Amino acid sequence: MDAGRSSQPSPTKNRTSVERKSERELVVTRTINAPPRIVFEAWTKAELFQRWWVPKSFGLTLLSCELDVRVGGVYRLVFRHPATSEPMAFHGRYLEVTPPSRLVWTNEEAGGNGQITTVTFEERADKTLLVMHDLYPSKEALEEGSGSTGGMDETFNQLDELLAALGASLARP
Amino acid sequence: MVQYIGTHLDTSFAALSDVTRRGVLEQLGRADASITDLAEKFCMTLTGMKKHVGVLEQAGLVTTEKVGRVRTCKLGLRRLEEEAMWIERYRQLWDARFDELDKVVEDLKRKERVDGRRKK
Repeated sequence: MDAGRSSQPSPTKNRTSVERKSERELVVTRTINAPPRIVFEAWTKAELFQRWWVPKSFGLTLLSCELDVRVGGVYRLVFRHPATSEPMAFHGRYLEVTPPSRLVWTNEEAGGNGQITTVTFEERADKTLLVMHDLYPSKEALEEGSGSTGGMDETFNQLDELLAALGASLARP
Repeated sequence: MVQYIGTHLDTSFAALSDVTRRGVLEQLGRADASITDLAEKFCMTLTGMKKHVGVLEQAGLVTTEKVGRVRTCKLGLRRLEEEAMWIERYRQLWDARFDELDKVVEDLKRKERVDGRRKK
């Protein structure tokens, strides 16, 4: 972005970073320009959550979104993807709910192969440092779950399919 | 990123420009093999085959592992490049999601300010 040539004031955008911490762990980090109390609300109220969790670029339509945010409560999201005829459901249970600093949930649509997701909301001078940590049961589960699998004969054409699958696998909270 | 992929393709194409090396890849696509096996199949000296395998290994097309006295060759997965690509793609998807979260959060902040003024 060249601010000098832009006539529109563009708000500063925070950087999203992704790190593979180990064979079984993926960590996504981002600063949000609001205190944790507000960011936590956007993650835990279904009517707010569904406004941002599925950006248009994912190519998915959210059919329903139920979040019962309490320890042992279940969530269930149902999507439609143009590539599949049947809607896809993503579901799991909240293991920890500590407003406004921490959420932990399971991802159970893949049977026992789903990751445990931990999100922490850390206060940083009126902003929130968001850290999303996914722990998979195995290296293979991580690579399947996040769409990284691909071998020697993976061509750039196939990459598009991979990315579509990746978009689908991201469709869980 | 584009440049990175481009450099990688150059190395791959250079590695694939040789008929023996293409044959070795085809062979390894069927089964892993030792350098000695490959040298015999392609009627080559051990040193000659080592050179070819070295070029393929540098391009990330083949990996080798030495167990005892035998060096076994198998098709490489170009793991690092692939991983860099899917991590970048994963990052972009999350970035799109967080951009939407920013909007929701701005709405909530605006609402709080309005509510705060009303209370005064």
